[in-house]
Amino acid sequence: MDNVYFDYAATTPVDERVLEAMMPFFTERWGNPSSLYALGRDGYRGLEDARERVATAIGAANPSEVIFTGCGTESDNAALIGILSRVAPDGGAHVIVSAYEHHAILEPAHWLEKHGYEVTYLKPRVDGHIHAEDLQAAMRENTKFVSVMHGNNEIGTINDIKAFAEIAHAGGALMHTDAAQTLGKLPFDVNELGVDAASFSGHKIYAPKGIGAFYLKRGTKFEPQLKGGGQEGKKRSGTQNTAGAVGFATALEIMLAEQATEAPRLAALRDKLLNGVTSALENTEVTTPATNRMPNIAPLLIKGVEGEAMLLQLDNKGIAVSTGSACSSGSLEPSHVLLSCGVPQEVAHGSLRLSLGRFTTAEHVDYFLEVFPPIVERLRAMSPVYARMFGSAS
Amino acid sequence: MLYSEKVMDHFNNPRNVGVIEDADGVGEVGNPVCGDMMKITIKVDDSDHINDIKFQTLGCGAAIATSSIVTEMARGMTLDEAVAISKQQVADELGGLPPAKMHCSVLATDGLKVAVDDYLKKHDREPIAGEIKSSDPNFDPHGDEDHGHDHDEA
Repeated sequence: MDNVYFDYAATTPVDERVLEAMMPFFTERWGNPSSLYALGRDGYRGLEDARERVATAIGAANPSEVIFTGCGTESDNAALIGILSRVAPDGGAHVIVSAYEHHAILEPAHWLEKHGYEVTYLKPRVDGHIHAEDLQAAMRENTKFVSVMHGNNEIGTINDIKAFAEIAHAGGALMHTDAAQTLGKLPFDVNELGVDAASFSGHKIYAPKGIGAFYLKRGTKFEPQLKGGGQEGKKRSGTQNTAGAVGFATALEIMLAEQATEAPRLAALRDKLLNGVTSALENTEVTTPATNRMPNIAPLLIKGVEGEAMLLQLDNKGIAVSTGSACSSGSLEPSHVLLSCGVPQEVAHGSLRLSLGRFTTAEHVDYFLEVFPPIVERLRAMSPVYARMFGSAS
Repeated sequence: MLYSEKVMDHFNNPRNVGVIEDADGVGEVGNPVCGDMMKITIKVDDSDHINDIKFQTLGCGAAIATSSIVTEMARGMTLDEAVAISKQQVADELGGLPPAKMHCSVLATDGLKVAVDDYLKKHDREPIAGEIKSSDPNFDPHGDEDHGHDHDEA
């Protein structure tokens, strides 16, 4: 079987329906949305229609609260640096981000630390969730900003953003969530969750790479990170990616229209994968005993095997997966997400993340379950320590 | 990051995998906490030539490939020649390694050195490779590398 893709959390293909909706904006409706003549006005209508559709989809009170960006990383940077540089221009404020955020949050947080802000990296518990009591305990008098991801990209745990927003607001802080992994896959409503800002990415929902979105509640202080011609309500200058925005809106609408059938379908395939692997192979487990898990992410710990070796062997079989192993990332350290959840380093090296999506079928799952156990058994048999550590060679 | 064809060949079809049960020398290096662990067993003939060699490795593609190639390189060599194999020679023999993976070739040459010294010590002879840091179970193979950024987590 060729091209069995289990890495939808990394990126997705562009859905044909999305591409079709975008096409006119490349060759026919290509005017600059800021131009006053008919061609420009037509581009503007396309862009603003997309904005309205996204606003409706996420429950934003006003379309102007939706800002199109270049990617999820840009939205995350805008949230931390854009908001804090206005809320506390001279630093001094306290910021809380979870310790297992995407690097698009952690790196701006490190930057803030170097520029006069105090940052707390709030750890998840071993269940893989951030807990409201822990957030409450981390709040300080000068806490101005809290950011916790809605769903974790590596272990698929879902966080109770609504509860966190209440805690943040009660303490006088703004609440942001990175929803790149959950948008369209789980119910997501900015009003219901009570967030002040949220980040989204197009290429996780079958829109192209190069388009993201940022929700910023009206009235929230914000310093634009891109300064220029004043597009996007002066919050993000740069000629808009009209086709990308239309693609994003269309992709999100398809996600929502299919969510009710797709979520249970993927959850069933996810469980089949998790149960299949853990019952076929000893010394394997589902990463973190989460109580609330995304339907599309199957996180596994395969003890006594190194992740990159599994990834490459699966690639030989035409299967694409991800690992939190140090060796695959070039960073030399295993995934900060797994370590933050208390997974020991030697176990984190054997992590495997399968993420499912629109084109994942039961046949793909069966094929994976057929080829994977022999790969692990072979690698374990080649290990000088597996038998010593686990007392058997399979 | 891309692996050469030869790295992939040795990763997919590793040579000399296993343990020589009545080995003359055993070298075990690395640390499971770091994700890399290697064991080399050797047989040595009367003229100090390595006439059989096997390895076991827990690690990434590069760790397995470097282990495999070093067993091919060392087979038939004298003990002096074997301990002189450098990490660069291992990498070159594989058609190059990505920079982040160079430490894997150190593991392979270290494993061989420890096995050779183990043989010499067992025969009351002076070790020739000397102290090998990675044979210490607490050795951090990345200790001398720049991690690029820090992650202070509360």
